[in-house]
Amino acid sequence: MQYMLLIYSTPEAPEGPPEEQAADMQRWFDYTDEMAAAGVMVAGEALEGVDTATTVRIRNDETVLTDGPFAETKEVLGGYYLIDVADLDEAVAWAAKAPAAHYGSLEVRPVMALPEA
Amino acid sequence: MSAGHAQADAALAQVVAQERASILASVMRACHGDLDLAEDALADATAAAVTAWPRDGVPDNPAGWLVVVGRRRAVDRIRSASRRRVREQRVARPDAAADPGLAHLWGDHGVEDPMAQLGAIDVDDQLRLLFMCCHPALATPAQVALTLRHVSGLTTAQVAAGFVVTPEAMAQRLHRARVKVRDAGIPFRIPADADLPDRLTAVVAVVRLVLNEGYVAADADELQRPDMAREAIRLARLLHRLLPDEAEVMGLLALCLLTTARAPARVDASGALVRMADQDRSRWDRAMVDEGRALVTTALRRRDLGPVQLEAAIAACHADAASHDDTDWAQVTALYDELVRMTGSPFAAVNGAVARAFAVDARAGLAALEDVAASHDLDGWAYLHVARGELAGMLGDTALATTSLARARELTANPRERDHLDRRIASLEQA
Repeated sequence: MQYMLLIYSTPEAPEGPPEEQAADMQRWFDYTDEMAAAGVMVAGEALEGVDTATTVRIRNDETVLTDGPFAETKEVLGGYYLIDVADLDEAVAWAAKAPAAHYGSLEVRPVMALPEA
Repeated sequence: MSAGHAQADAALAQVVAQERASILASVMRACHGDLDLAEDALADATAAAVTAWPRDGVPDNPAGWLVVVGRRRAVDRIRSASRRRVREQRVARPDAAADPGLAHLWGDHGVEDPMAQLGAIDVDDQLRLLFMCCHPALATPAQVALTLRHVSGLTTAQVAAGFVVTPEAMAQRLHRARVKVRDAGIPFRIPADADLPDRLTAVVAVVRLVLNEGYVAADADELQRPDMAREAIRLARLLHRLLPDEAEVMGLLALCLLTTARAPARVDASGALVRMADQDRSRWDRAMVDEGRALVTTALRRRDLGPVQLEAAIAACHADAASHDDTDWAQVTALYDELVRMTGSPFAAVNGAVARAFAVDARAGLAALEDVAASHDLDGWAYLHVARGELAGMLGDTALATTSLARARELTANPRERDHLDRRIASLEQA
């Protein structure tokens, strides 16, 4: 099954001196390498900050753009991994290994299996 | 109706009543985590038995027959729902043939003799189903409801009664939970050793709640629900069979047995509640007490203490005492203190305060109780008011005693408990 791991944290997290930031970045690289080596990673990217976000809606046939994320929240979506594993237990185990699990949260969502046409 | 019909109907009713849980769990194996499918397939198999058994005779292994036919019907339902998708998956993933779940779909089920698969009932399937229903990705009320409905085989209406909601609301809740199990990919599996301690905590908590419901039914005419208590014992035994060395599981089984052993003495001939202090202890079930006490002793020797073991040890203290006055209250108090230290539970702290009233005196007990009440919001919990009322009564403070018991009565759903509180209030007012 495919699962999306959605990574949420405060934009500043993890806070700390530059060495700590660099160490965090290294942990993300190691994590990604581990997923790739295990053959479970389908895709994964980090996102630019929410201050770069543009929200799009169509109302009354008019396209309305809003500066900012669709909802103002303390923790914001910072990136994602798409993984292919056997079941929820495996997906949760990978989510728990993410560096952000210690200072943010990971939402684990199964990818909907659409019936083939 | 012919004699053959009557015999077949009786055999079917009996096997469903006695073995539904294990049959469903074994059918589940063919259902890819889809409990709705498993229930439908079991209904199909039962309907098939209604026709086949009077005609062909009752099979030697009725439960095994239902499992095999149920699994076959599940496979048929999957096939007809997604024949095309399965074929495409097979082409896209040639290694899928090695997947036992999918391989099952391609086996030729049309010609095999159902009776060739005797022993299809596997007790581990029930454990798989139990761990699936108690998965921590589900909220605790959903875990309890799923377990009661699908592992214990209660009807939706019976489960609803325990939660004090309508059967329609419970049907909705169960359906949502089953959809989450299926679509989130919650596995039908006994967890790996590394995950077992965490996963076990959730399962133990669910069995503990089933036991509670058996002890004081939330919304029933009777005080207790012996069916629920029996079910808690059955689930605890299942876990104990899987994990014979796990101290908390021994504690759980012991607690279920020691608590349920008191059932015959907890109500009098009219069905009214009898307090533990007033119970005729010769009516406690000796076999259950003995088994429970032995389990507590073995568990405590493992030096791997957990909260359920402490509760069981407290229950064992009561079982060891010839009477209420004879109880080793100092030991009971110490065990509650340890339980509070381990769990931080204010409920345990209130029970500990009551034990302190007998170990030291009522004043010390009431002071300890008020300490807990001041630092936690327990006002909606009936037992707090019962405890305060009884301790105030011991101190001769009739006003506080009666208002507290009256408050408890307002908060109590069980009619037998309410009657008991009415009688207590009346006797305090007369004294």
